[in-house]
Amino acid sequence: MSRHTLSVLVENKSGVLARVSALFSRRGFNIESLAVGPTENPDLSRMTIVAEAESQPLEQITKQLNKLIEVIKIVELDGSAAVQRELLLVKVRAPMAERTQVLQTAELFRARVVDVNTDTVTLEATGTPDKLQALLAVLAPLGIKEMAQSGTVALGRGPRSMSGAGTLRPVERSA
Amino acid sequence: MTTTPREPANPEAATREAAASLAGVETTASSVGAAAVEPATGITGAQSLIRSLEAMGVEVIFGIPGGAILPAYDPLFDSKVRHVLVRHEQGAGHAATGYAQATGKVGVCMATSGPGATNLVTPLADAHMDSVPMVAITGQVPSHAIGTDAFQEADIRGITMPVTKHNFLVTRADEIPQRIAEAFHLASTGRPGPVLVDIPKDVLQARTNFAWPPRMDLPGYKPTTRPHGKQVREAASLIAGASRPVLYVGGGVLKAGATEELAELAELTGAPVVTTLMARGAFPDSHPLNLGMPGMHGNVTAVTALQKADLLVALGARFDDRVTGQLSSFAPDALVVHADIDPAEIGKNRKADVPIVGDARETILQLIEALRGEHEAGRTPDLAAWWAQLDDWRSRYPLGYDWPEDGSLSPQYVIERLGAIAGPDAIYAAGVGQHQMWAAQFVKYEKPNTWLNSGGLGTMGYAVPAAMGAKYGRPETTVWAIDGDGCFQMTNQELATCAIEGIPIKVAVINNGNLGMVRQWQTLFYEGRYSSTKLHALDADGKPKPVRIPDFVTLAEALGCVGLRCESREDVDAVIEKAMAIDDAPVVIDFVVGHDAQVWPMVAAGASNDDILAARDVRPVFGEGQV
Repeated sequence: MSRHTLSVLVENKSGVLARVSALFSRRGFNIESLAVGPTENPDLSRMTIVAEAESQPLEQITKQLNKLIEVIKIVELDGSAAVQRELLLVKVRAPMAERTQVLQTAELFRARVVDVNTDTVTLEATGTPDKLQALLAVLAPLGIKEMAQSGTVALGRGPRSMSGAGTLRPVERSA
Repeated sequence: MTTTPREPANPEAATREAAASLAGVETTASSVGAAAVEPATGITGAQSLIRSLEAMGVEVIFGIPGGAILPAYDPLFDSKVRHVLVRHEQGAGHAATGYAQATGKVGVCMATSGPGATNLVTPLADAHMDSVPMVAITGQVPSHAIGTDAFQEADIRGITMPVTKHNFLVTRADEIPQRIAEAFHLASTGRPGPVLVDIPKDVLQARTNFAWPPRMDLPGYKPTTRPHGKQVREAASLIAGASRPVLYVGGGVLKAGATEELAELAELTGAPVVTTLMARGAFPDSHPLNLGMPGMHGNVTAVTALQKADLLVALGARFDDRVTGQLSSFAPDALVVHADIDPAEIGKNRKADVPIVGDARETILQLIEALRGEHEAGRTPDLAAWWAQLDDWRSRYPLGYDWPEDGSLSPQYVIERLGAIAGPDAIYAAGVGQHQMWAAQFVKYEKPNTWLNSGGLGTMGYAVPAAMGAKYGRPETTVWAIDGDGCFQMTNQELATCAIEGIPIKVAVINNGNLGMVRQWQTLFYEGRYSSTKLHALDADGKPKPVRIPDFVTLAEALGCVGLRCESREDVDAVIEKAMAIDDAPVVIDFVVGHDAQVWPMVAAGASNDDILAARDVRPVFGEGQV
């Protein structure tokens, strides 16, 4: 099994998210993370889907996705050819006596403090899933009250884009 | 991503622009509908809907009105589009499917919101599995009531997402012509399938303007119809070099209208042809190259030819589990050329050595041309040894059946005689089960679109409404529903529709008093413990009572049909001929047959095709050394 990041341009219409997520569950594919948001074009949305799959099932996923009428284009963004980021908000127990330790950790991971009170500090961090995992591991002994983490969003490196001139190569529609 | 539709100032132009900016992504925005239709202003959404259907050339709608769809039925009253009022929405859906399968046109059905719409779910799923072009139009509760659990509300778009090719919820009356045009375009192009258009009642009642043709806007839809030349040449080269090739023909060949081209290709290659359950009639059964049907109940030669082949040329077929049996041992020595219009089918179950995405007709035409090139270059395969082997199997393991030991009527004989008397010009629609398999085995199909059945979903109750739709679409053709008594009791209410609307179908009920196929499995795999498969009334000892419940002859009469019965071999031909002579009313023949007849050959579920049994406990000997 390996991790694959699919960037999927879809028509910005009601029900598209339901179609895509239902397709994954119906065909027995696991979604590890899913992030949906607007694009530079108001008529299109971009879904960034991270899935664990062997290469043959992955091909089946993309082919089935391509069959959805509202899916415009699919690009696989993997490894060094793409920038991948997640956003983490984490509320850490930080009484005055231990606060310095929390803030030092935050600094090490270039996390920002976005909320403070007498008992806790809320940090905002972005990065690769690995980096955020590492941050959480360091914070855990201090006491994580709660956290929220986004799915991965990703863009291909270099001057090319999915929809502009000199586009990224789509995952083949044909076999 | 928004969860509600976002409406830009000029949505069409914006999306068009958006699509155009996607270099390398074509916009599907062609004009549709050949019929010239007058524009109109200030009409209702319902009028716009009916005008759109007229513009699409719709001849008939099968449906039932109800609260939410009621506005549409008012303009339909005056329309040249005919409405057939069915007795159950499932009947409407299967009738649309039967109509589509018999005519090649898009079948149309209509229902109201809630239960009307949910009753269409089975036929939609059925049409989806068998790639039948169909458009379903459903009423929806008014826009303001959506999401409030209003009376007769069901989220039919959500419910049918997995069982349709696509579906729409129309939010504005102005969209109606475009959505209808798109629905028909999606249903009938690429890999065909059902499309549902859900229209809230207030949208049907709203004022709108109508212009035709509308602009379609489907930027993400662009089926590949033209095959890749290089792939085709590679396939031709493999065909020219194969010593044990088989053309594995599926329903896609019928959908593409490619049967003449297939015959040419078969004759050019000299290779054997197998026609799947969905492709019966795609190649004449009388043709010497036709080995018949492969699969779980295919004949020994067709199944074994696939197993022993060194090359499979799959045309519009999808390596369904009922054809391959245990996938890991299916056709172990074969290279695979897989041509299908749906790229997702290629490599889904079986790895393709040469994948070809394209329309079956175009693919076959190009294959013919490429093969001619191979032949001109002196590469003509010698298939003599292969045919010697195949002919040996054919002569040793022909399809056959035994007469029941208890002296009762043989269901296979009834179906064989029906096929012989009604002939290859008739259309045969089957339900699902033993009778379906026998109808696929013992009726000889010579022409395309003469065999209708529920292949993928296996929908019991399909036969009667599908036959009704087929007969409506091809009124000059004799249409037989070959049904089981279990299936018949699911949808026979549509015989009332047939009688009243003047759709004189003929129904052969193969009445063994049981859910026959399930009983067969209980006989073979559950030690003959017949749990819940006996349909007839039983006495305290579990023996059938001498009473018929229901009595299919009087039931037929009650539904406005002619009811006939046949219980002995001597009467079979006469009763079929009597039914054939009646053309002003539907006819039902109750063929009372033995309940222990079984469908053979058989590959048990999940077993390897190598373990096919020609009959119970009869394992064929294939002469391995010869292949």
